[in-house]
Amino acid sequence: MSDRPTRRERYERARRRRSVVVATVSTVVVVGALIILIPLTPGWERVRQAFFDGDVFVETFPGLVEAFWLDVKILLWATPFILLVSLLVALARNTRSPALFPLRAFAVIYTDVLRGIPVILLVFLIGFGVPALGLSREWANPVIWGTVTLVLSYSAYTAEIIRSGIDAVHESQRAGARSLGMTSSQTMRSIVLPQAFRKIVPPMMNTFVSLQKDVALVSLIGPVEILRQAGIDKATYANFTPYVAASLIFLAVTIPCTRLADWLLARQRARTGATTIA
Amino acid sequence: MRGRASEEECAVTPGSSFNGCVNNNLKENIMRRSPALRRIIPAIAVGALVLAACGSDDDGDSADDTSAPAATEAPADTAGEASGAVDCGATIDDGVLTIATGEPAFYPWVIDDAPETGEGFEAAVALAVAAEMGYEGDAVVWTRTTFDEAIQPGAKSFDMNLQQYSITEERRENIDFSLPYFTSNQAIVALEGSAAEGATTIADLKDVKFGAQVGTTSLAFITEVIQPNEEPFVYDDNVGAKAALEANQIDAAVFDLPTALYVSGVEIEGSAVIGQFPADAGGTTDQFGFVLEKGSALTSCVDAAITTLTENGELEAITQEWLSDFTGAPVITVE
Repeated sequence: MSDRPTRRERYERARRRRSVVVATVSTVVVVGALIILIPLTPGWERVRQAFFDGDVFVETFPGLVEAFWLDVKILLWATPFILLVSLLVALARNTRSPALFPLRAFAVIYTDVLRGIPVILLVFLIGFGVPALGLSREWANPVIWGTVTLVLSYSAYTAEIIRSGIDAVHESQRAGARSLGMTSSQTMRSIVLPQAFRKIVPPMMNTFVSLQKDVALVSLIGPVEILRQAGIDKATYANFTPYVAASLIFLAVTIPCTRLADWLLARQRARTGATTIA
Repeated sequence: MRGRASEEECAVTPGSSFNGCVNNNLKENIMRRSPALRRIIPAIAVGALVLAACGSDDDGDSADDTSAPAATEAPADTAGEASGAVDCGATIDDGVLTIATGEPAFYPWVIDDAPETGEGFEAAVALAVAAEMGYEGDAVVWTRTTFDEAIQPGAKSFDMNLQQYSITEERRENIDFSLPYFTSNQAIVALEGSAAEGATTIADLKDVKFGAQVGTTSLAFITEVIQPNEEPFVYDDNVGAKAALEANQIDAAVFDLPTALYVSGVEIEGSAVIGQFPADAGGTTDQFGFVLEKGSALTSCVDAAITTLTENGELEAITQEWLSDFTGAPVITVE
């Protein structure tokens, strides 16, 4: 075997080099056009002042980062509960025993109702409604009930994702496991669920990114998290720069998550042998 | 028609529950309008204005004009141009002054959400200022905007905007303010038995859990002047603060005094204004001004009108007429 590249390898390398050059040139042209053309628009000066004010950015950024910590805490509390509740609902929906029909019915109603109501309405209903029943100050805390709302709403979504994952495992897997003498729950636990979870990682990551942004809805019932802090700063300075700053902080968290989701998806495609056609 | 109780019923004796009186007035005011009517009236009013504006194009035929006496002397639009537009610079619609307020606009600033009638403090002030600038009758058009619309870059949909905008230096970076037409103070609304009840100084309020509306000076007042031990909760509107009071999530909410009396009298059953702060508490006075586009040619003209109204006592008279009920809550001292 010689070290010299084959003709085919040389050809492919040339093609790759060519596409890199084309991509670079087109990116430079597009970005350059945007940088040159946008400031030429008549309203640019006002827009720059209202959305990209350096002083306002510097003033408000630390407060926004501090407020974002509340979002992170809510997210970290909500995520494990969402996984737990949605798994239970998905399993309830997949039961097959006739005696468990009420459980299945409950699971269907749960997903239908909670998925059907906009999160923003649920936040108000639960966040103000439940504490008004007469809870003590400690337990009336809107952070608690805002988190509960997110768990209820998002677990309805993820329950459907998990169910679709379970359904995507071929019936022969189940049949094979049962024919080997496994019980129904053993089959579910060690044959169906492991395969199902592998299939649903990408959509779950997608939902997780969506949840990161919806945490901000908790601010509607009082707690000052990043979006609310940005709103307060916006009103103080009559300037939208705090929203831009808040967007950057969100992106700093969501972009790594979306990249991770993409990477997981790519890995899964490679593993299952799906080919990528350019 | 404003449906007020008589003066005698309303007289406030020091130390008595002044709120009951306000309650009656306000409730009467609110109950007079059915929800459907509230929605329809502004639509009709706007429709009528549009029709009237179109109508005045055909050479001053004022047959469709029932409200403006000025129209019998001259067509409304020429009247506007003659005395106002020439002095003040161009408005967004030629010969017409477009005034914006909130959607909906609240009592006591605008009665029945119908600013066209001039009923309510801000409606009356706006029409008085417009009249000083030379715009009367059909030459005044009302529109509605949110807070954000008023400060966003680009062309404005109004000549001037009033919805209790507090004048601050930071905001002046992006928009023009007129001279102030009202100086407000802050007040506390709480349910019976609240931890804030009986407070006479700021020190009594340190352990109170507060709520306020986003973007208001009331919120800044809590964080900068009262400085309670616990961070305040923040809501989009009065209704959120109300729900939080009822849900036992906050002890008290802070509003400007007229709003506080409205909220306690009409919106939150069982609540009362348990105290008000001096207008200069915290070293800053909260003054309301008209918002105009940054660098608007009209600003100086609005200022001149407000100066005139202040000097000739008309502004004071309007304040007395629409906000005279709003005195009497116990004063909480800052030191």
